[in-house]
Amino acid sequence: MDEQLKKKGKVQDLFLTFLRIGAFTFGGGYAMIPLIHREMVDQKKWITEDEMMDMVAISESTPGPIAINAATFVGAHVAGKKGAVAATAGVCIPSFLIMLGLSYVLSAFESLRIVQYAFIGIRASVLVLIFFAWLGMLQQMKRSVINWILLITTVVAVEFFSVNPVAVILISFFLGIVHTLIWSGKKVKK
Amino acid sequence: MIYFTLFLEFFKVGAFSFGGGAAMLPMLEQMVEHHGWMTQEQLYNFVGVSESTPGPIAVNLSTYIGTILGGPFGALCATTGVVLPSFLIILIVAKAYRQFKENQYIGNALDMLKPVIVGLLGCATISIAANIFSGFDIQRFAGGLLTAQNGISFFVIICAGIFTIKKMHPIAIILACSGIGALLGYVILG
Repeated sequence: MDEQLKKKGKVQDLFLTFLRIGAFTFGGGYAMIPLIHREMVDQKKWITEDEMMDMVAISESTPGPIAINAATFVGAHVAGKKGAVAATAGVCIPSFLIMLGLSYVLSAFESLRIVQYAFIGIRASVLVLIFFAWLGMLQQMKRSVINWILLITTVVAVEFFSVNPVAVILISFFLGIVHTLIWSGKKVKK
Repeated sequence: MIYFTLFLEFFKVGAFSFGGGAAMLPMLEQMVEHHGWMTQEQLYNFVGVSESTPGPIAVNLSTYIGTILGGPFGALCATTGVVLPSFLIILIVAKAYRQFKENQYIGNALDMLKPVIVGLLGCATISIAANIFSGFDIQRFAGGLLTAQNGISFFVIICAGIFTIKKMHPIAIILACSGIGALLGYVILG
């Protein structure tokens, strides 16, 4: 009984903590990781440093928004399925309410000329931010012939032949598995 | 049935975007084009707003697009769609994450995916640039002429580049650029 009560308290605490994280972090999932670390590792000690590192690695290597992956992972780890629901709902609710309100406000003012000019500026800044994000990823990528071939093939297929990005992802994932199957006799590195 | 379509389309986006939304943009581009939901320009506007509001960018974007197309319930369908794949996958992975992390097949397949994701982000960069300079005419440019809107975009891109190199916060960059866009638009275009 005592155990159950403790778990219930944890679920509530998870919800409130992730609600706060969702409401006050700008810039998406990566910006949330230090906050999750402070709350969950340093203060509440619900997860260890090692688990935190695993959490980041798993969040990055599974599909979907990193923030959602991280929240679900921490919630499930601390308090099972209920914990996962609480943390994920918590991190989403502030965004949801803010954007719901903002979309009505913005669509009311969208036709104003000054707002349209502001959006010219916003689009240009989005281009620059995405370009630099791309540059950062490119620098992190291992520079091998096969990686360059995959990169260029992706760009040509999606940009010039309108191949569906989902298809490109599935095919390369499948190729990765085939690659392992063929080379598994020769010790695949890493 | 817009609600079901929104759920399904965003479910796909959630299930196939690896690496925190990098693969998301080309998917969203194809989605809005395929359904004729909005112009590419509107989509990039949404991206800019979603990056400068708190919370996970994917949730911001899905709520925003969902609201515009189907009101509050549309927002709920789109957001649930984008969150659900992550949630389910992590729930499964959280239980056996050591095996997941050390699985050779998955590890290699994810390695194979990295250059593809870099390629997809490259596609997003190209698309946004092409959209911003869609009225760009090389002959007029050679003659020293630039449409006023292209000129403003060009100027803002240079500003945003400088801000990024000076390590300004992305939200500050988006806000500053919206201000510059509004000001220049007002002064030049009236």
